[in-house]
Amino acid sequence: MSASRQPRAYRLVLADGEVFEGEGIGADSADGIVSGEVVFNTVLSGYQEVITDPSYAGQVITFTYPHIGNYGVNPTDDEARRPFCRGVIIRDLARRHSNWRSEGDLDSFLRSHGLAGIAGVDTRRLTRHIRDFGAMPGAFGSADVDELQAAAIADPTTSGVDLVSVVSTREPYTIGSGTRRVVAYDLGVKSTMLRHLSELATVTVVPADTPASDVLASSPDGVFLSNGPGDPQMAGSIVTELPKLLGRVPIFGICLGHQVLSLALGGTTFKMKFGHHGGNVPVKDVRSGKVEITSQNHNFAVEIGSVPDVVETHLCLNDGALEGMFHKDLPVFGVQYHPEAGPGPHDSRYLFEDFARLMDTTGSVA
Amino acid sequence: MPRRDDIESILIIGSGPIVIGQACEFDYSGTQACRALKEEGYRVVLANSNPATIMTDPDFADATYLEPLDAAVLAKIIEKEKRDNPDQTMALLPTLGGQTGLNLAMELELEGVLAHHGVELIGADATAIATAEDRDLFKQAMTEIGLEVARSGIAHDMEKAREVVGEVGLPVIIRPAYILGGRGTGIASTPEEFEKIAGYGLECSPISEILIEESIAGWKEYELEVMRDRNDNCVVVCAIENFDPMGVHTGDSITVAPTQTLTDVEYQKLRDGSFACIRRVGVETGGSNVQWAVHPDTGRQVIIEMNPRVSRSSALASKATGFPIAKIAAKLAVGYTLDEIPNDITKKTPASFEPSIDYVVTKVPRWAFEKFPGASGILGTSMQSVGEVMSIGRTFPESLQKALRSLEQGRYGLNCDPGEAAFDQLGDQELLAAASVATPDRPFQLEALLRRGIAVEDLYQATAVDRWFLDQMLLITEERAYLATLTLADVDRRDLKRAKQLGFSDCQLAYLWGTTEAQVREKRLAAGVKTTFKTVDTCAAEFNAETPYHYSTYEDADEVRPGERERVVILGSGPNRIGQGIEFDYCCVHASFALRDAGYETVMVNCNPETVSTDYDTSDRLYFEPLTYEDVMNVIESEKPLGVIVSLGGQTPLKLADQLPAALILGTSPSAIDAAEDREQWNALCARLEIPQPAGGTARSIEEALEITSRIGYPALVRPSYVLGGRAMEIVYDDENLRRAMDELAGFGSLGREGGLSSQRPVLIDRFLEDATEVDVDAIRDHLGDFVIGGVMEHVEEAGVHSGDSACAIPPTNLGAPTVELIESYTARIAAALEVKGLINVQYAVKENQVFVIEANPRASRTVPFVAKATGVPLAKVASRVMLGASLDELRAEELLTEPAKSDHVAVKEAVLPFNRFPEADAVLGPEMRSTGEVMGIDLTPGLAFMKSQLSAGTRLPEAGTAQVTVFMSLADRDKALGAEVGRGFRDLGFSIVATSGTAAMLQEAGVDVDAIVSKLGESGGVHAVELIERGDVQLVVNSPRGRRPRADGAHIRSAAGLANVPLLTTAAAAMAAVEGLRDWARYPLRVRSLQEYHQRGGYPGAVGGFEWPSG
Repeated sequence: MSASRQPRAYRLVLADGEVFEGEGIGADSADGIVSGEVVFNTVLSGYQEVITDPSYAGQVITFTYPHIGNYGVNPTDDEARRPFCRGVIIRDLARRHSNWRSEGDLDSFLRSHGLAGIAGVDTRRLTRHIRDFGAMPGAFGSADVDELQAAAIADPTTSGVDLVSVVSTREPYTIGSGTRRVVAYDLGVKSTMLRHLSELATVTVVPADTPASDVLASSPDGVFLSNGPGDPQMAGSIVTELPKLLGRVPIFGICLGHQVLSLALGGTTFKMKFGHHGGNVPVKDVRSGKVEITSQNHNFAVEIGSVPDVVETHLCLNDGALEGMFHKDLPVFGVQYHPEAGPGPHDSRYLFEDFARLMDTTGSVA
Repeated sequence: MPRRDDIESILIIGSGPIVIGQACEFDYSGTQACRALKEEGYRVVLANSNPATIMTDPDFADATYLEPLDAAVLAKIIEKEKRDNPDQTMALLPTLGGQTGLNLAMELELEGVLAHHGVELIGADATAIATAEDRDLFKQAMTEIGLEVARSGIAHDMEKAREVVGEVGLPVIIRPAYILGGRGTGIASTPEEFEKIAGYGLECSPISEILIEESIAGWKEYELEVMRDRNDNCVVVCAIENFDPMGVHTGDSITVAPTQTLTDVEYQKLRDGSFACIRRVGVETGGSNVQWAVHPDTGRQVIIEMNPRVSRSSALASKATGFPIAKIAAKLAVGYTLDEIPNDITKKTPASFEPSIDYVVTKVPRWAFEKFPGASGILGTSMQSVGEVMSIGRTFPESLQKALRSLEQGRYGLNCDPGEAAFDQLGDQELLAAASVATPDRPFQLEALLRRGIAVEDLYQATAVDRWFLDQMLLITEERAYLATLTLADVDRRDLKRAKQLGFSDCQLAYLWGTTEAQVREKRLAAGVKTTFKTVDTCAAEFNAETPYHYSTYEDADEVRPGERERVVILGSGPNRIGQGIEFDYCCVHASFALRDAGYETVMVNCNPETVSTDYDTSDRLYFEPLTYEDVMNVIESEKPLGVIVSLGGQTPLKLADQLPAALILGTSPSAIDAAEDREQWNALCARLEIPQPAGGTARSIEEALEITSRIGYPALVRPSYVLGGRAMEIVYDDENLRRAMDELAGFGSLGREGGLSSQRPVLIDRFLEDATEVDVDAIRDHLGDFVIGGVMEHVEEAGVHSGDSACAIPPTNLGAPTVELIESYTARIAAALEVKGLINVQYAVKENQVFVIEANPRASRTVPFVAKATGVPLAKVASRVMLGASLDELRAEELLTEPAKSDHVAVKEAVLPFNRFPEADAVLGPEMRSTGEVMGIDLTPGLAFMKSQLSAGTRLPEAGTAQVTVFMSLADRDKALGAEVGRGFRDLGFSIVATSGTAAMLQEAGVDVDAIVSKLGESGGVHAVELIERGDVQLVVNSPRGRRPRADGAHIRSAAGLANVPLLTTAAAAMAAVEGLRDWARYPLRVRSLQEYHQRGGYPGAVGGFEWPSG
């Protein structure tokens, strides 16, 4: 047998004891074990963006499309300075990649970031299991089944854990050169999101724990609340600082930003069974009746009808989940999905224009 | 938005006969649309000339017009519908009948017919259609919205064409406007090639318009299937990446879903561009297909074209994702928006989404070059394939290998089978050179090269097939090399599973290890490597799927739910090919419908994405699988059915009958099928029943063949045993030609490559009955011995023309009642002797009132749907019930089996031939079947029915009285008796006649005036026939050849007629039918009637008992 025929035999074990066979890819797992909350993503293209999306902090990503790595990786498609997910689960890793933009292969990329993965898994069986029993912690690696299950059970998951502080920028920085000025709270922001904002404004990206007073002191035209990982209840000081900004400056929140905004407005959030992770989710704008195909990545959601004094503008057509809202009195709106779409369809990019319009028509009272 | 209530009836135009470039995918889309619109409560009016389609079943529309797809006829249909239903507002949905439907809708619009009758075009309006179809308008529109198009120019004549090519620069691609399947399209690299291709392109385009554009051959090719609703919501149903780069017509390309080598950034750019395109073109609602080329080194994206209608690709996309594009398109056209339509598969989520798939779909075309000697077999920008297969696997290697074994061309997968020896004698460079030209062999050549160690990069440079695809093939090659180091004895579970996951069939492994398929299977199952069936669910398992649409793979978990009722497996007919097409899909689908109605759970197995049978709601369960022993057995073991139907899908399932468990075969026993096939047994049976056969014998050598002909005399019909569609059959007139024919069969011809002459595969030689009338009979016998005749069909062309290529009529127009009775009684005796339980088809030749039996096939024949349309009796449904044990009496009581419609109507079936695709091949009919499809003409006289069948088949016979018509006649000696009558008929119609000297002499002798004598090839003096045709001086050509090997002159004449688009009749019998038809056509006004009217009990009103024209 040639060397390539001797893969690292790995197993994936879920907290409920379900076992999957596979082989190791990417970096070696520390102590033979990698654990995290196992979720699945149904995109057909865009694995590099998904792996580098900071919202996956604390999670292990299962790709439902079997061939991953086909077009390699390139530096411009990264969504963050490094991946924050715990690992990846795939059916088949491309040995050879092919694309004119490619500068490397996925396996080396994973290794270079110390990220482990497991390939050869019946990912459809795994997806059906998560669909039926909910996202749950799992562990994979070369360890034996009992050790892996113990690690899975011990995994903190994403509930009640502060993951935002792990992914947020340590220092503020500025991008773009527009006349409008936006302060963007980095709760785990994706670079495509910032690229879109920077086309509208000069954007100062600030750490998640930046006090509201600092923000107001800079008299921005608007405040942006980014996406980010995990439980909005655990997103740190932003939850308590945000009420101080309401009504003082136009605010736009995406994903986790939308959730913390809802909490600040008095709404409630909950953890979904397995969340929305994909690039094909239909969302209806109830005002126009138009349907947007959206990119989504969240395990928590805002309870329908829980946020006082808002118009619920967007609903998910698959399960009726709340996808967007604006406040009846305050210059504030948010969407649960990803209008910047990296990866995913571009149907909802108009929301950035909406934000610009809101800033232009609402004088900052700061 | 809700359903539109301001429309009451909707006209759908079908796509007519199956031709290259337009196959049964439009039956699938049309059937879906008819069902969806009926469900919505609209009156559905359907026009389609193809009787083999499921959509033309009277159940699927309120009024089904099996009438010629011609603007004047459609205008009559609209007029009649408006007259019969004066209060109903009518709309025309033009986007479901392929290019044919779209072009006709445009004609009706431009001629003002729609405006006159207040018929609204829904789905796409005339402006949108013109913007998409007119190259110049399309290019302007795309440039306007910022999409890049290839550099190009339009020309309407050669002068302008030369000017354009001067600006664009060679190489260029030439595309005629308003054509289907790329006819007349080609790439020119030299000025000489340019002159030839541009000239032909101008001729092919009905408006003499060609587009000349920069060649983007070698770029990557993509297709996006897009849908839009009236609220401007757009979705991509499926994105497809072609394995074959630009330069090979997408219908001739291996294609893969989803895209494999695009980053999301690039994919979303294509998606944005596709939406911009559909919006700018203005397709208000429905599905469209947008084609793109992407430069492999720079990523430059160029839009190629868009079809503002459902297409072959949308059928593929529907099957690949589980998203029923045509059904949804129909609902969008009547006002719904995507979010108002539920996803059939999940039941809970809406259709306003983009399917996510967790498997790889591969489509591979199937060609029929062996049928057209002289055709190059090189793939290009004009589509040449006659069918396709699709397969589903978890990975590309698995999917590709499954697709290749689905083709049924003797290959077990990507090589690793006896077929791979074909490349052994070629050196590396020779093989690489061969692979650099796109042909059906290319994937096999590429694997052979990889096996010789030729690098992926070298293959990429030679072929422009993406490196990713090549590397995936290399995985198969490497696995094979590893497996070759093992033996059946020492292979373990892990190795077997890996092999199966890469798509290796048991046959391939048996070939590799020098053992049998059965032993591999036994070992594999013992090792616990069993098929797991996964589900096509539109959502990559995110939601629960309610619809059991499965494919096999080798993973951990199987998803098949246990059945609730007794199950019947129906084996489909695989890829369309000449000789086995949509007719068999019709039979399988009907069986499924009938058995579902009778309370069984039906399980369909098939691999053809174009068909209705592979629609997930045709049967209770669908398995998209190759029709091989291994794959079918996997389904049987999973489903544990009551039985398996093998006799409705043509040869494909029939040839599995001997291998499958005998107890499961429903209907006539495999041994009875063999008894009819096997020459010795068959002869004995006929002798016992005292049914005459033409004299004949079986030869295993040239000596034996000569001995037989010395006994029976010439002409003789020579044919190999066990072939389909008359492969390699021929009529020989002397020893010399017999020797040549035997030589070919022995190993030099295409059949020789498939095994050649042997004692297992002897050659059958029969006395050929010249000038005999051929008769086809379809009948059903039940297990009690009760028997019913479905239809007796009299052929127009004499025996010797393959029955599939011959026109035929129900009821027989010239046979006397005693002859018909004799034929019926022979059929009953044969069916009883073979203990038939189900359908039987028997062919006869009648000469001078003597009836000879030619052959019997105790299975569904190609004519079953035609008979059903002509008589109103659902033969396939009845037969499937009989196979499950119902008696004919029980079915009569249920009113499933009814009496044939008794009116004076005549139905004529005519074959449609693809000679325009193969200009090198001779357009002559013979014992080898070459038609791709069929049409039906139905009316109250044989002449009118024949005329309608000709018009439907695209033969526009020159009408009497309109202008001066000149007929050119050149007949074989044996046709000259009938020829005199034909000539007289033409003169009576007021036609001028020009003829070759021999024919002219014969006509003059019979007292028929000839206006001019023309010379044949090689004869000096006078005007030459080919010149006359090319000059447009002749409006009809009657040229009958003698035997299979025509003299060169005849071939030239026929080829000239084909190129000049002059109607061509190649038999005196067809010419006689044309004379009668033209006579009636001139005498009576054009009338249209729906099948429902013809089929009503008691027959068509005013028709019973005499010929009468209803007024109005």
